[in-house]
Amino acid sequence: RFIHKWGHSLLARISTHFTAFKAAALIQRWYRRYMARLETRRCCTWRIFQSIEYAGQQDHVKLHDFFSYLVDHFTPNSNHESEYEARKDSEMEKGSDYESIEVPDNYTGPRLSFPLLPNHATALVEAFRLKQQLHARYVLNLLHETRKHLVQLPNINRVSTCYSEEITVCGDLHGQLDDLIFIFHKNGLPSPERAYVFNGDFVDRGKESVEILMILFAFMLVYPKEFRLNRGNHEDHMVNLRYGLTKEVMHKYKTHGKKILKILQDVFCWLHLATLVDEKVLILHGGVSDMPDLELLAKLDRHKVLTTEVVSCEREGRAGSCPGAGSAPWAPPPGLPRGHRASRSSSIPCSCGPPWGPGAGRCRQQAGPPRAGRRGAPCPPRQKQVVDILWSDPMAQEGCKANTVRGGGCYFGPSVTEQLLQKYNLQFLIRSHERKPEGYEFCHRRKVLTIFSASNYYEVGSNRGAYVKLGPALTPYIVQYQANKETHRLTMRQRISRVEESALRSLWEKLFASSLDLLGEFKKHDADKTGLITLSAWAEAVESVLHLGLPWRMLKPQLVNSSTDNTLEYKSWLEDLAKEQLSRENIQSSLLETLYRNRPNLEAIFRITDSDHSGFISLDEFRQTWKLFSSHMNIDITDDCICDLARSIDLNRDGHIDINEFLEAFRIVEQSSTEGDTSDCPQATNTDNSGCSKPSKR
Amino acid sequence: MVSPLPELVIAEFHKKIKDAFEVFDHEANNTVDVREIGTIIRSLGCCPSEGELHDLIVEVEEEEPTGYIRFEKFLPVMTKVLLEKRYRPIPEDILLRAFEVLDPSKRGFLTKEELIKYMTEEGEPFSQEEMEEMLSAAIDPESNSIRYKDYIAMMVVDDG
Repeated sequence: RFIHKWGHSLLARISTHFTAFKAAALIQRWYRRYMARLETRRCCTWRIFQSIEYAGQQDHVKLHDFFSYLVDHFTPNSNHESEYEARKDSEMEKGSDYESIEVPDNYTGPRLSFPLLPNHATALVEAFRLKQQLHARYVLNLLHETRKHLVQLPNINRVSTCYSEEITVCGDLHGQLDDLIFIFHKNGLPSPERAYVFNGDFVDRGKESVEILMILFAFMLVYPKEFRLNRGNHEDHMVNLRYGLTKEVMHKYKTHGKKILKILQDVFCWLHLATLVDEKVLILHGGVSDMPDLELLAKLDRHKVLTTEVVSCEREGRAGSCPGAGSAPWAPPPGLPRGHRASRSSSIPCSCGPPWGPGAGRCRQQAGPPRAGRRGAPCPPRQKQVVDILWSDPMAQEGCKANTVRGGGCYFGPSVTEQLLQKYNLQFLIRSHERKPEGYEFCHRRKVLTIFSASNYYEVGSNRGAYVKLGPALTPYIVQYQANKETHRLTMRQRISRVEESALRSLWEKLFASSLDLLGEFKKHDADKTGLITLSAWAEAVESVLHLGLPWRMLKPQLVNSSTDNTLEYKSWLEDLAKEQLSRENIQSSLLETLYRNRPNLEAIFRITDSDHSGFISLDEFRQTWKLFSSHMNIDITDDCICDLARSIDLNRDGHIDINEFLEAFRIVEQSSTEGDTSDCPQATNTDNSGCSKPSKR
Repeated sequence: MVSPLPELVIAEFHKKIKDAFEVFDHEANNTVDVREIGTIIRSLGCCPSEGELHDLIVEVEEEEPTGYIRFEKFLPVMTKVLLEKRYRPIPEDILLRAFEVLDPSKRGFLTKEELIKYMTEEGEPFSQEEMEEMLSAAIDPESNSIRYKDYIAMMVVDDG
C-alpha cells in the first residue's frame, strides 16, 4: 500500500526503492489533481455565465416600475396611434398583402409556392445553409399560410407512435441554425415516419432566428401531422424586443420587417401550448404549477395570450390601462400576491423575458382599439396556466413556490410532478427552458427530462446540445452533440480555456462597469489609506457591489495578478481593468460607465420608444425617456448631462438618433465571432438513458 | 512581518472552503454530491491519493451514507486538513523523477503503450476515461510517445 508520508529527503534516500508502482501512483495523484482543477474552473465558468445572466434579470425587477410608467404614459402622436390600429386590423384581415410585393429578377434565393411540397422545405434548409436569405414576399406568404394552419389546431396537440415510429423532441434552439441543421443531418429530415416536436424558444439570442422559423414553419405545413411546434416563452413579441428577434428581422428586412413582425406576433400566439405523446408523455416548454389543469388548458383561448409577461398593476391602483401603439396590452395578473413593492417578489417579472413586464394577456377582444385608462377585469386563470407552462422550472425540494428568478411561473418539486402524472395518468414530462451542460438532465426520479438543443450556448465549448427520441415503448433515447467541428480537436484543457476566457471577459466587463462603486467599497476597507487591501477584503467588496454570488476566492487567480503577501493595490487593479476595457476609446466618464452598464436596457428603451420600428427616435423622446429611466433606477445624472448625452448620440446632428448605428458604435467590447466551419458534419455522442447524467468521479 | 492570528487564519480557511464548496452545491442547499468531494478537496490546493481521499470521505459522510455530503460535516474536517498542511502538492522535480523511474534508459520519453500500461496497471489505476483524456493531451501523435518533461511544463496549474 502506498506510503502516506512523502518528503524530499525520504525520496533521496530510498530512490532505489522508488518502484514503478510508486512512481505511477505519484503521477496519477498529480494528474487527478490537475483534472480536478480543470473541472473546478469549468464549474466556475458556468457559474459566471449563469450568475451574470440571472443578475441581469434581477436588475430588470427594478426596471419594472420604469417600464410600466413608460408604456403607460408614452403617447406618440395620437394620429399615429389610430392609423396604426386601423392598419393592423386591415392587415389581419387581408393577410399582409404580400401578393403586391415584387420579387426582382436578380433574386437568387429560394422561391416558394403554395401549397408547399417537401422539396421546398428541404431546399430552404439547403439555401440557409449556404447563407442565402429568403425574400420578404415568401416570408410573409409562409407566415400567412402558417397562421391559417395553426388557427385550426388545438391547444394541446396529440401525437401517436402508431403513425410515426419514432418521435424526436428538440429543445431550445435560440436562433442557432447550425444546431438545427446538425440535428436534421444526424437524425434525418422530417418525414411521415420521422415525427418531430420542437419545444419552444426557437428564436432570440442567436443570429439566425428568422431562418429557423422559416424552416420550422415550412416543415409544419408540409407534414402537419408529424411536425409540431410548442410555444416557448421567447415566442413572444415583448421578449423579442429585448432579446434579438426584432432586431434581426428589422436588420434583414428593412422594408417589410414591420409587417413581418406584426404577423409573427400573431403566429406565436397560435402555437400549441403542449404536446401529448400516446396520452402518456407530456411535452411543454417550462413546467407546471401545483394546480395543473389540462382540461382548462385545452379549452382556453390561447391566441388571446399575446405576451406572458406578468405584472401587478393594482399595486399602483392602475388596472388594465392600455398603452400606446405597438405595445402590449395590460391586465392585472391573476392569483399573484398583491401589494408587493419589493424587488424580488413573485409578482414582478424578471424572467428570461423582457425586464419591463406589463401586459399579462389580453382580456379584451383581439381586434378593437385600445382605450386608455380602462379598468381591466382581473385576468382569468387562463393567463396563469399559460405563464406556468412557459416559465416554470423544476426544483429538487418538495413543494411549489413562485419562481422569483424568472418572475413568472413557479419552481415545482417532485411531488408536484408526481401529482400531475397521477392525475392525468402520464409516464413522464419533457420540458426545456433551462440550459444544461450536457444538453439534457433528468430529475424528479427521472420523471422530468429537460432537453436543450442549443449547443455552445454561451461560447464555443460551453455546453452540449441534445435531442431525445421516443419509440412506441416511450423509452427516451438521448443523443448529444456539439455543433462545432473545432471543439473536438481541442483537448478538455483547451476547451475549458476558451470558454473560461469568454466568461472572464463578461465578468471583466461587469467589473469595469462598476468601477466607481468598487473604488468606493475598496476605500472603505482601507481606513489607513495605504492603497492596499487584503485579498479577503477584495472578495467581500466585489461581492457587495456586484451581487453575483460567485466564489470570488476561487476566481481570484484569473482576475488578480498574483500579488505579493496577500494584498492588492486596488487603484492600479482598477486602472488595469479600465485599460483592458477601453483600449479603443478614451472616454472615462461615469456617464459612459452608466450607459455601458445599462447597454441592454438602452436598447430596450430605444425599441419601445421607436414604436413604429423606424430605427429613429427624436432627441427629445430620448432625453425624456432617459430621464425617467435614470430617476427610477436612482442613477445620479443631472439634466445637463442628459442633454449632453443625447446630443453626443446624435452623430449627424439632425435631431434624430439612428438606433442601430448608435448601438453598433457602442459595442466597445464585443465578442468576436469564433464560429468554426459549420457546414461539415460534426461528431455526436450517443447516450442511452441507462446512465446517470453525471459521470462518476471522485 | 507579523504572522496573522490563528483565528484569522481559520476564518480565512473557512471562507475559502465555503467558496470551493459552493461551486459544486448545485441546488444551493449546502450539500454536494459525494463524487465531487475529491474535486473540491483538490481545488483547495491539496493532492491526496485515492486511498487518502477515500478515508476523508468516510470522515465526512453521514452514518448512513446518502450520497450527499453536508457542508457542516465537511468544514471542520477540511479546516483541519488545511491547518495541518496535509496532502501537499507534488513539486515538479519529484514528478520528473517519477517519470524517469518509468523510463530507466533515460530516453526522455515514454511510448503510448508504456504509458497506458503503467497508468492502468500500476499505482491507483486510471479509468478508461481518465486514460483517454490524458492521452489526448500528452501524446505527440507523430511519435506516438509522451515527452514527459514538456508535458509537465505544459500542465502547470496556477494555484493562486
